[in-house]
Amino acid sequence: MATKTQTLGGTALATSLSNEEILRYSRHLIMPEVGMEGQLKLKNAKVLLIGTGGLGAPLGLYLAAAGVGKLGLVDFDVVDFTNLQRQVTFGTSDVGKHKSEAARARLSNLNPDIQIESFETQLTSTNALELFKDFDIVVDGTDNFPTRYLVNDACILLGKPNVYGSIFRFEGQTTVFGMSEGPCYRCLYPEPPPPGLVPSCAEGGVLGVLPGIVGSIQAMETIKLILGAGDSLIGRLLLFDALGMKFRELKLRKNPDCPMCGKNRTIHQLIDYHEFCGVRGEEAPAPDLKVPEMTPRELKARLDRGDDLYILDVREPHEYQICNLKGHLLPLGELPRRVYELDSSREIVAHCRSGKRSAEAVDFLRKAGFRKIHNLKGGILAWSDEVDPSVPKY
Amino acid sequence: MAVKVMIPTPLRVYAAKKDSAEVSAQTVGEALSGLTTQFADLRKHLFTEEGKLRSFVNVYLNDEDIRYMSKEATPVKDGDVVSIVPSIAGGTLAQ
Repeated sequence: MATKTQTLGGTALATSLSNEEILRYSRHLIMPEVGMEGQLKLKNAKVLLIGTGGLGAPLGLYLAAAGVGKLGLVDFDVVDFTNLQRQVTFGTSDVGKHKSEAARARLSNLNPDIQIESFETQLTSTNALELFKDFDIVVDGTDNFPTRYLVNDACILLGKPNVYGSIFRFEGQTTVFGMSEGPCYRCLYPEPPPPGLVPSCAEGGVLGVLPGIVGSIQAMETIKLILGAGDSLIGRLLLFDALGMKFRELKLRKNPDCPMCGKNRTIHQLIDYHEFCGVRGEEAPAPDLKVPEMTPRELKARLDRGDDLYILDVREPHEYQICNLKGHLLPLGELPRRVYELDSSREIVAHCRSGKRSAEAVDFLRKAGFRKIHNLKGGILAWSDEVDPSVPKY
Repeated sequence: MAVKVMIPTPLRVYAAKKDSAEVSAQTVGEALSGLTTQFADLRKHLFTEEGKLRSFVNVYLNDEDIRYMSKEATPVKDGDVVSIVPSIAGGTLAQ
């Protein structure tokens, strides 16, 4: 049965639910906190999800299940095999597909009655305001600092709530930014950390279920904002420690001198966020340390020749268990303390997973007087690619 | 005053994997100094070379941001909890 609508300011608003919708959402409707009125608010709500990954997965699923009338999904990435450990909207058959489209298909299957629009695009200063303007609430499920500042600023400029969630390994943070009475992201963190100081999931790892929990909290907060129910996380930073299974709460204050949302705003337009965060380009590497290198093929050739090389593995013990080149394990963090274990008269080839940590090790050892030392270019990943594919990549 | 300083996950690698430390201090600043005395590697992640608290790190005394109290001069009492809350973003190789 078609639903009735009324027009408000040019936008058609639903004013009733079909019999099918009433049945689908019956568990909402029988609660006085939601009821028909609340479900209609959900139906008329428009929520934009920035990111359809670890946080975006539970977000999309629960907002679609709840009947949010319009969902926008912004993601330019492609489903990767390593995503499946936590990005539960995707299945194995989705590997290689564009995330925004794969998510759209999954969510449409869950709830064909809602409108889902996928934006296979990178969010930038040139498109953010245009993208955000047609939505009521923006949910930040992104994975990098430049985009978090961009989302924050665009929401403040447009007066939209920003339901924020972030994770690292076993810890999560959630709050709601962007309301006039509450703080914004810059109130909490006026400046980003310099690149290289806070590791990513690929480097730091993450328990797959952690974004599931944090993203679900974000979905809950989004629904509460739409319904006008309960106590929102506006002005409250919820910290979640998964290992200790503890929730803590800290007060978030609006910074009166905030350049974005304070009384004397100095930022009136979106800026270059990569520059702000000190990152040039998406995967701009940290400035390369100039250290002597050896490629995996060169190493293999020299080992086959019988050269006496000391292979130094600067990874962590749990990585050594995944795969190794039978090197001598000395984690990078312990190198300063244990450097005496190394013989500077030997020719040393240092390696790690991808070549970054071992470059730091070589740099450190050269400064300590070691002369016959090389960094294995590309690390054990490159060894797997170029020399021995039976060595697993991780 | 005996206070507990909570160490967030990204910084635990520099603090012998501990999630908290007990220190003796009269102010928040002293509590943080006590922490970096116990774990010297933490110092450069919390403070700039000039000794200022890094701006992507927030410090709370119990549940209040010290920026809205007396910053590092905020006095502490027995049983207080000082929390270090760094910005995290998860996800991608953004560096």
